[in-house]
Amino acid sequence: MSDTIIHEVTQSEYKYGFTTDIETEVIPVGLNEDVVRMISAKKNEPEWMLEFRLKAYRHWLTMKMPEWAHLNIPEIDYQSISYFAAPRKNAPQSLDEVDPELLKTFDKLGIPLEEQKALSGIAVDAVMDSVSVKTTFKETLAEMGIIFCSFSEAVEHHPDLVKKYMGTVVPHTDNFFAALNSAVFSDGSFVYIPKGVRCPMELSTYFRINAINTGQFERTLIVADEDSYVSYLEGCTAPQRDENQLHAAIVEIVAMKNADVKYSTVQNWYPGDKDGKGGIYNFVTKRGICKGENSHISWTQVETGSAITWKYPSCILMGDNSSAEFYSVAVTNHHQQADTGSKMIHLGKNTSSHILSKGISAGVSQNSYRGLVKVGVNAENARNFSQCDSLLLGDKCGAHTFPYMEVNNESAIVEHEATTSKISEDQIFYCNQRGISSEDAVGLIVNGYAKEVVDKLPMEFAVEAQKLLQITLEGSVG
Amino acid sequence: MLEIKDLHASINGKEILKGLSLSVKPGEIHAIMGPNGSGKSTLSSVITGNPSFEVTQGSIVFESKDLQKMAPEERANEGIFLSFQYPVEIPGVSMVNFMRTAINEQRKYRNLPPISATDFLRIMREKKALVEMDNKLTNRSVNEGFSGGEKKRNEIFQMAMLEPKLAILDETDSGLDIDALRIVANGVNKLKSPENATIVITHYQRLLEYIIPDYVHVLYDGKIVKSGGKELAMELETRGYDWIKQEVVV
Ligand SMILES: Nc1ncnc2c1ncn2[C@@H]1O[C@H](COP(=O)(O)OP(=O)(O)O)[C@@H](O)[C@H]1O
Ligand SMILES: [Mg+2]
Repeated sequence: MSDTIIHEVTQSEYKYGFTTDIETEVIPVGLNEDVVRMISAKKNEPEWMLEFRLKAYRHWLTMKMPEWAHLNIPEIDYQSISYFAAPRKNAPQSLDEVDPELLKTFDKLGIPLEEQKALSGIAVDAVMDSVSVKTTFKETLAEMGIIFCSFSEAVEHHPDLVKKYMGTVVPHTDNFFAALNSAVFSDGSFVYIPKGVRCPMELSTYFRINAINTGQFERTLIVADEDSYVSYLEGCTAPQRDENQLHAAIVEIVAMKNADVKYSTVQNWYPGDKDGKGGIYNFVTKRGICKGENSHISWTQVETGSAITWKYPSCILMGDNSSAEFYSVAVTNHHQQADTGSKMIHLGKNTSSHILSKGISAGVSQNSYRGLVKVGVNAENARNFSQCDSLLLGDKCGAHTFPYMEVNNESAIVEHEATTSKISEDQIFYCNQRGISSEDAVGLIVNGYAKEVVDKLPMEFAVEAQKLLQITLEGSVG
Repeated sequence: MLEIKDLHASINGKEILKGLSLSVKPGEIHAIMGPNGSGKSTLSSVITGNPSFEVTQGSIVFESKDLQKMAPEERANEGIFLSFQYPVEIPGVSMVNFMRTAINEQRKYRNLPPISATDFLRIMREKKALVEMDNKLTNRSVNEGFSGGEKKRNEIFQMAMLEPKLAILDETDSGLDIDALRIVANGVNKLKSPENATIVITHYQRLLEYIIPDYVHVLYDGKIVKSGGKELAMELETRGYDWIKQEVVV
């Protein structure tokens, strides 16, 4: 019958659902000041870092988990999570010291850590559970004064830079998950591009959750000094498990005068099975500040994974003539829920921002865009254009758009457009009649719909992202 | 080539085709005429496997294969092409990408490797010329923002690209001015061969001046109630359908 095309659902396999069998050190579950101290001690952190964590922890205790109308988040027991897990063989000095199992894991994920095998033009920081396993091309980059290392190493070797910038864009008081992350964050990447340097390769961090019952709390800090440029990419996967796992990350970007930072994410955490069992709870605070004049930050994200996604990559446009973009494709299938969007805070003069959000919902998933455009009193001639499109597959999923605007300067022009469309059975049949299967038809239509955003990704990843979109929706039509 | 026997088909439980039989041999052109709502488009939907329709009785065999056991895309890849009465728009999917995917699916089905970029572009150029289709159109998304006539021309363009064994043209002439009609008919005639067959569904005799049918059938209330040669089309044009209806009642 006519309604059969669009909802026979067969589960597609999550390709990255395997686990790595290595000896892992996991601290006991639960969270208190001693745990915070233990994490800090395990990482041999200086006193100031511990103080930062404790301050955040104490603040977190005063906060409540936020509630949203369109996310249905089960109660999370923060005392049943372990806050630190690390492969036992820690801090290798060279690749020979890295556990071969770990190398194999990243190989299997398509992230070779041997530099001769690596994709040319991409440097990778590989993070498994709570620690960084290996950063490639570190030395090559260092010759140009570029710092690309794990966050822990930055705390040890570049404490002044970390102290100067950490928490300046996302303070520990910002929100519940930011406070939690600031207290217990494990590892992540640190990037510093010196004045006048154009980073010659893509920098990328690959996050992998492996251990069971642990949370992943990474922290990334990117500082682009005056007249510099960097393109940064983040990828992630996790094993297939029946339990939900918590991921609460912070990303901070600082762009000084004339600096240009391009941040791209392909988020593919385990989404749970087709009945909604398992999957990652992804609560992420990502924010950049265009601090200097003429600075520029762009966020591009392709969100296909996680059981629940809560993230709003944002930008504070402080410098005069600064500009920012947010390009997003968020796909939800089965029981996934996504609440994502962007905040653009215009403070400087002649600032402009562009939001392009493309939601795709299938199955019984819920996909929301939530965005805020704020124009400060002194932000003369601020410009924003937001375009939010939703594409529905079937009639059991939901798409919602919540644009908020706060305009405090009369010279501002803020525009918002939204569209909703549906892949119709007639479109699918039209493709079928030309010899194209329903699955491929959906892939064609979805990739066409997402193209404008996917095209913003670095080339190597655009192809990956296209495949991922198709895989995520596999089985969403009969 | 196509054998339809005692076909009954319904949509949402309502029977539309009520015992239709039709036999088409290679090289033949059949015209199917009939008043609005008689089931002409339903017939084309059922032959091509539109899942909205349910076949409740009868058989459809194409080159000794039971079509009812085949998915719509398999039927297409076997060489059945439908020029839709109402072609749909597919925003975001470029004509080029769409056509290349369709051709490669067909090649895959026939165990051929994907078409090379140069061959593809050459064929595109040839077939565009055949139906005098504007480059502007092939650079756009499938049917998006096309006028009624452009959509119809695009159907014939796709037919030319896919070179079907059996083409079904469902009211391809409606909405076309006389020049466009000639171009479309010309396209169809150029593709004609002793191996291929065409079913032309139309309201008007007009198209049949350009595409000369071997047989004309009148479809009325889900059945073929009269068949004849091309002179039947002329008769229908002058006398309308009322006399047929009366014949049926009698
Ligand atoms: N989706 C549908 N639901 C219910 N009835 C339909 C549907 N599509 C077509 N019909 C009915 O089927 C009959 C035949 O339609 P159709 O095959 O389109 O006729 P024709 O092409 O000869 O004008 C008409 O009575 C029409 O109303
Ligand atoms: Mg019709």
